[in-house]
Amino acid sequence: MSESKSILFGPIFDNNPIALQILGICSALAVTSNLNTTLIMCVALTLVVAFSNLFISLIRNHIPSSIRIIVQMTIIASLVIVVDQFLKAFAYNASKQLSVFVGLIITNCIVMGRAEAFAMKNTPGLSFLDGIGNGLGYSAILLGLGVIRELLGSGKLLGVEILPLVTEGGWYTANGMLLLPPSAFFLIGLFIWGLRAWKPKQVEPQEHPLSPQTKVVQAT
Amino acid sequence: MFEHYLSLFIRAVFVENMALSFFLGMCTFIAVSKKIKTAFGLGIAVIVVLIITVPVNNLIYNFLLKEGALSWLGLSTVDLSFLGLLSYIGVIAAMVQILEMALDKYVPALYNALGVFLPLITVNCAILGASLFMVERDYSFSESVIFGAGAGVGWALAIVILAGIREKLKYSDVPEGLRGLGITFITVGLMSLGFMSFSGVSL
Repeated sequence: MSESKSILFGPIFDNNPIALQILGICSALAVTSNLNTTLIMCVALTLVVAFSNLFISLIRNHIPSSIRIIVQMTIIASLVIVVDQFLKAFAYNASKQLSVFVGLIITNCIVMGRAEAFAMKNTPGLSFLDGIGNGLGYSAILLGLGVIRELLGSGKLLGVEILPLVTEGGWYTANGMLLLPPSAFFLIGLFIWGLRAWKPKQVEPQEHPLSPQTKVVQAT
Repeated sequence: MFEHYLSLFIRAVFVENMALSFFLGMCTFIAVSKKIKTAFGLGIAVIVVLIITVPVNNLIYNFLLKEGALSWLGLSTVDLSFLGLLSYIGVIAAMVQILEMALDKYVPALYNALGVFLPLITVNCAILGASLFMVERDYSFSESVIFGAGAGVGWALAIVILAGIREKLKYSDVPEGLRGLGITFITVGLMSLGFMSFSGVSL
């Protein structure tokens, strides 16, 4: 029980796919400028990771290792096509906004990475949980980014006005930079900083340690 | 005509830079940019793969998948565009494999230099992303060659610049939690801010 719990919740903070494993960054940046698309992307990705892990794990003993990448790709691509067609049918506007990024779930390294690193070696049940867990870890960062960028960038959440803008007679001056792409990089950088300040185990070792400075006493 | 292609190329390199304005291929972009030499090798590989796969996918889209594209078979009402994703990624995987074998046979020096990066390119989103943009913007065959080349050059340029900055950054005293990944993100953010000055430039 505790094992499956750690598989499910570990990836959220302790082994976060974006902040520690450097996986799946592309879409984290591009779709977070408002919360609506962010939510859809999170759900889509979590479903794809979970089910690709499940299916790959089910047939893991029958896949010859020389062609495993192609097999994994085919499974992932089929799942993404299902998601893509579903979005086109039931949420056409959102699917237009996400443009190519739904298709890019195929090459999202989280999906491939978890299939290769976890699902090829573990039972279907555990793999499914691992997929959900990693999807949640990804979603945690994406939702954080989405909330900050939409709230401070345009004073709204999910299109509902929270901070009344100056241009509409309110008091809040929107920070336009947060709607621009580079802000996502800064936010993720700061997020990683926060996470590592909280969990110092994740700090990377220094490659070239500096020699200690002259002591204050000696200098004076 | 020439001006049109030139402007398409410049736009793909600077204004619509794959890495810095669409964030494609970010995972490799951040993971493999510690040394200029490896970054350069990967950049070249991406350029080559893009120049081949974007036009090939363009042909597949126009002659097999697009609605009414099968009219040369007498099946003018068939729309296979939902198979797009699966076929593009298949083409990319196959192309990378073929390229790997061809390089191994005819240009072993380049093959050894690229090493493990060639197979990794299959899962680089910049490659699939370029194909998807090509479909979304409805480029013609020759336009897609130019677009593929431009997108590749832009991505390679960005990763070499980042590797250069990170080589210098190694010797600086970065706050503990920000070391490594954190500071890299902020650096890329600043670079992307710089590239934004190209946006709105029309040629």
